Amino acid sequence: MLAAFIGFEVIRRVSPLLHTPLMSLTNALDAIAVVGAIILAGEHKSTLATILGTIAIVSATSNIVGGFIITDRMLRMFKSSGAKKA
Amino acid sequence: MNPMGASDIVIEVAYIIATALFILSLKWLSSPVTARRGVFAGEAGMVLAIVGTLLNRGIVDYKWIAIALVLGTVIGIPLGRVHMTAVPQRTALSHAFGALCVTLVGTAEFYLRAPNVPKFLMAVLSMEVILGSLTLTGSLMAAGKLQEILPQRPITYKGQNLVNLSLLGIAIIVAIMLVLDPSRMYLYPLIVVIPLVFGVMMIIPIGGADMPTVISLLNSYAGLSAAAMGFVLDSKLLIVAGALDGASGLILSVNMSKAMNRSFTNVLFGAFGQEQTAVAGKEEAKPVRSATAEEAAAILAAANKVVIIPGYGMAVAQAQHKVRELYDSLTKRGVDVKFGIHPVAGRMPGHMNVLLAEADIPYDKLLDMDEINGDFPQTDVALIIGANDVTNPAARTDTSSPIYGMPILDCDKARTVMVIKRSMGAGFAGIENPLYYLDRTLMLFGDAKGFVGNIVRELSGGGHS
Repeated sequence: MLAAFIGFEVIRRVSPLLHTPLMSLTNALDAIAVVGAIILAGEHKSTLATILGTIAIVSATSNIVGGFIITDRMLRMFKSSGAKKA
Repeated sequence: MNPMGASDIVIEVAYIIATALFILSLKWLSSPVTARRGVFAGEAGMVLAIVGTLLNRGIVDYKWIAIALVLGTVIGIPLGRVHMTAVPQRTALSHAFGALCVTLVGTAEFYLRAPNVPKFLMAVLSMEVILGSLTLTGSLMAAGKLQEILPQRPITYKGQNLVNLSLLGIAIIVAIMLVLDPSRMYLYPLIVVIPLVFGVMMIIPIGGADMPTVISLLNSYAGLSAAAMGFVLDSKLLIVAGALDGASGLILSVNMSKAMNRSFTNVLFGAFGQEQTAVAGKEEAKPVRSATAEEAAAILAAANKVVIIPGYGMAVAQAQHKVRELYDSLTKRGVDVKFGIHPVAGRMPGHMNVLLAEADIPYDKLLDMDEINGDFPQTDVALIIGANDVTNPAARTDTSSPIYGMPILDCDKARTVMVIKRSMGAGFAGIENPLYYLDRTLMLFGDAKGFVGNIVRELSGGGHS
């Protein structure tokens, strides 16, 4: 609960400038659900669980990888007018 | 309880550090200067959490995990490389993937534990699965509409809200029945299928301009379902990450609905697109003043302060690079150029900023509505490119207007207003914009990209004074 509250405060301070990267980043973080899927796929408790877990890992991993790549690409584009770049 | 082994302690510590890194990651995202460090913190936390999980002693077989991780990476890389104008649909698609993951894990957990599921567990599990599956189809629909695979026009019919709400209601009742008696396993598929249908129905009535709100809302649902999954698996890390995502989605959707002057409950129930506006009796064509690129260039060159207001029309016309050229050539002449960006400009929150940043426009020139509005009275020229409703002064003055009360960019307070627009057609809301009939307003009819290009050519060609 405390963490959620801190998170709430932190997010409120993100400027509208960065709302799109914010969304893609939280999306990538959200894919931490992969930990649940990994345990499910690895435990071998039932065939169904292994299959569902494996598909779940695929979809979550694609979010992690894609989410971080695109967030970084977007943020790299934000340049201040002060910073002269070659 | 068996005593904690060394690996358990390592896992626990890894999760705690990962949680802290996630929060830091979002904190650093609050400023463009530190934002990239934020991404790095997020990545580090993620790697730590995954490695920690792989150490779990319950895992007996790594074969499928490895295959799935590789496959996910292979799918993820192209998804991270899409064009910036396609970011909204990519985001919607990733909401769908996240929701798919959560729904599948929830389903597997249910069948592993049933019929002996404690009440609290069953309740959060139902919440996880209901939110997960409605987000899955809802996001796929949103992505389809954004990609223009599906028709963008809102599809509405009588009693739509009733149908939707009763679908959701039935799903919740079924969930409650399962909570009361988890041995009724035959009921489980219903709390997956009904929300799947609901997800589709929810997005059908939504038009393109409502997408920023919808995407934020789906983001929030995806986060909440992940947090619910955290409760099911008793993982604090997952609860925190889900709550962060849910909170950010919620904050964004509240922002968006405020910016559209929709009440938040209206948005929560997915009842958007309902307020279809009847255009109040077309008045006879009023005179407007139009101008050529040459005249526009002359006025811009003589100005001290220019504010450019980009809208989705600019993105559609792919005009952002031409706009950058305009920015460059005006700045070179000593004109102070800023950008005024309305929260709902574009197809998702902050989308316009990303597009302009991609065109190499410095971010300190991109100002939010609240920051720029005080500047308009001192502004010589407000140049509107592909935006309409967000500049409509009727929202301030005309109580009968459907968008009355919606916060707008006060461009009508600038000394001269120039509007680049293809025709006199009304915007998405079908509302007349009185701004166009002001004496100080010049209409520049044409395609945004072509017209801006012409202005730039005039500025550089006839540049000698």
